Amino acid sequence: MDLYAELILEHAKRPQGAGLREPFDAEVHHVNPTCGDEVTLRVDLDGDTVRDVSYDALGCSISRASASVLHGLVVGREVPTGLAVQAAMRTMLTSRGTDAGDEDVLGDGIALAGVSRYPARVKCALLPWMAFTDALGRSAASGTPSDVDYGGPTIR
Amino acid sequence: MRGYRAGMTLSSTSAPALPAGGAQPFTDAEVAAVRAEFPILARTVRAGRPLVYLDSGATSQKPRAVLDAERAFYERHNAAVHRGAHQLAEEATDAYEAARAAVAAFVGAAADELVFTKNATEGLNLVAHAFSSATAYRRLGTAEADDRFVLRPGDEVVVTEMEHHANLVPWQELCRRTGATLRWLGVTDDGHLDLADLDRVLTPRTRVLAVTHVSNVLGTITPVAELAAAAHRVGALLVLDACQSVPHLPVHLPGLGVDLAAFSGHKMLGPSGVGLLWGRAEVLDAMPAFLTGGSMIETVRMEGSTYAPAPQKFEAGVPMAAQAVGLHAAVDHLSALGEGGTGMARVEAHERALVARLLAGLAELPWVRVLGPAGTAERGAVVSFVVEDVHAHDVGQVLDDDGIAVRVGHHCAWPLHRRFGVAATTRVSFGPYNTTGEVDAVLAGLHRVRAVFA
Repeated sequence: MDLYAELILEHAKRPQGAGLREPFDAEVHHVNPTCGDEVTLRVDLDGDTVRDVSYDALGCSISRASASVLHGLVVGREVPTGLAVQAAMRTMLTSRGTDAGDEDVLGDGIALAGVSRYPARVKCALLPWMAFTDALGRSAASGTPSDVDYGGPTIR
Repeated sequence: MRGYRAGMTLSSTSAPALPAGGAQPFTDAEVAAVRAEFPILARTVRAGRPLVYLDSGATSQKPRAVLDAERAFYERHNAAVHRGAHQLAEEATDAYEAARAAVAAFVGAAADELVFTKNATEGLNLVAHAFSSATAYRRLGTAEADDRFVLRPGDEVVVTEMEHHANLVPWQELCRRTGATLRWLGVTDDGHLDLADLDRVLTPRTRVLAVTHVSNVLGTITPVAELAAAAHRVGALLVLDACQSVPHLPVHLPGLGVDLAAFSGHKMLGPSGVGLLWGRAEVLDAMPAFLTGGSMIETVRMEGSTYAPAPQKFEAGVPMAAQAVGLHAAVDHLSALGEGGTGMARVEAHERALVARLLAGLAELPWVRVLGPAGTAERGAVVSFVVEDVHAHDVGQVLDDDGIAVRVGHHCAWPLHRRFGVAATTRVSFGPYNTTGEVDAVLAGLHRVRAVFA
């Protein structure tokens, strides 16, 4: 099966950047209401650069691996670059198998391409990425924590 | 009417005739005959794997008889029920009311005590709204209201921690609309209702106790008669969620001592879009209407209206006649799975044997933790479990790759999962068409899960 690429299992077993760290500019808490998966995610910005993304992910291997991939792809990069990576990831994940992803943009993230063929799992992979953009938006606004549920393909 | 009868006879006789044999599980030959009536079970999934459908607790598959009955209704008798005087309207109305009588007989009830709803969730909401409407009528003095449905300050609504969201959220909302207080019975570590709490939680302030008959997660069969007696002692009504019992056990609703019970058609081989609310006649009579409009009225004037007696009082709008007819075929089909209409006893015995085989197999796997009662005697056709260090979504995905359909997640019982300290579980649930080979397939699949993620 093409969902559990070795690289994904590796990220899930040994996630990069896991754990919540200080300082941070914004913290968000996102929940996948279909399965109860949760991620708490913090962004720490240095001007226009993402200095750190720290997170606590409770969920399936796909959502944990996705958070680990996100950390590897956005830390140390400019915010607009991070948002572009997020957009590319989102496009690939929601492509129903038609977008294999650009390795130059998504790096290890292309190992998540198989997820797009399983509509019920797309939200698992998107969870940390949606939390990331929400946290960026909030760091610009007020820096207050949020608590957001969002919809998507459901297996309620 | 004649055409409709002919169609139904054709449908109901297409169920395999099986010997009863004292409520034994189906033999291999019998279960093969059962399966042959379900076209979907012949298909393959993913990379050509035979479908192993173990998600009947979410929705059952449908036998050909149900599909044929719906099609025959639309091809020969379709018209708006309870409207018009033309021949088709008569036939459609007769078919719809015959379905009500058949489903009522299936649960030991009188036809006029059975209300068709969109689904079980609507039935439970209907009851919750009866309380808030009666409460509003009384507070505003705008209509008569039966005391049993009027909530006063300090009154309490009691549920349990093992309820499906459908038998929890409507009661939470009722409390928000009326100011009543929600209380609940807890669940013990072995998956039973904590009855030690009963006398503390049920008090003279309790107006209603809403409880499930069989937990959709733990499989626990609750002591309904005891709970109903306790509720009645304090003057409260007992509302039963019978969604996981009626499709899997012989159930005689009036004999349980409960006041109201909701169940769904699609979980008992019937179509989606049809559910049932059973209520004792005098309780239904005492309840205000829920959805209002056409069909449910007695007289209508600009100044106000009066309403038809139950069950019509609760069936506003053109009803789901084809689905009701399909459900008629479904209960006929279930009854015919045993000699002399004893099908449900065979279904119960068969599914209990599958549960026993699965529990025995899971007990061999030290990395699997089963939730709920250890034995089969107090269990319905549901087994939920956690695989150590593997999220339920990942368990379900690997099983799906083998063609095995199980449910993963919180199964609309989030508080119950929280109670057991887990975010999600994997649930295997059975129907009359499942085989011992399918139990073995899921056990083998779990070894593969372990191999992928360990």
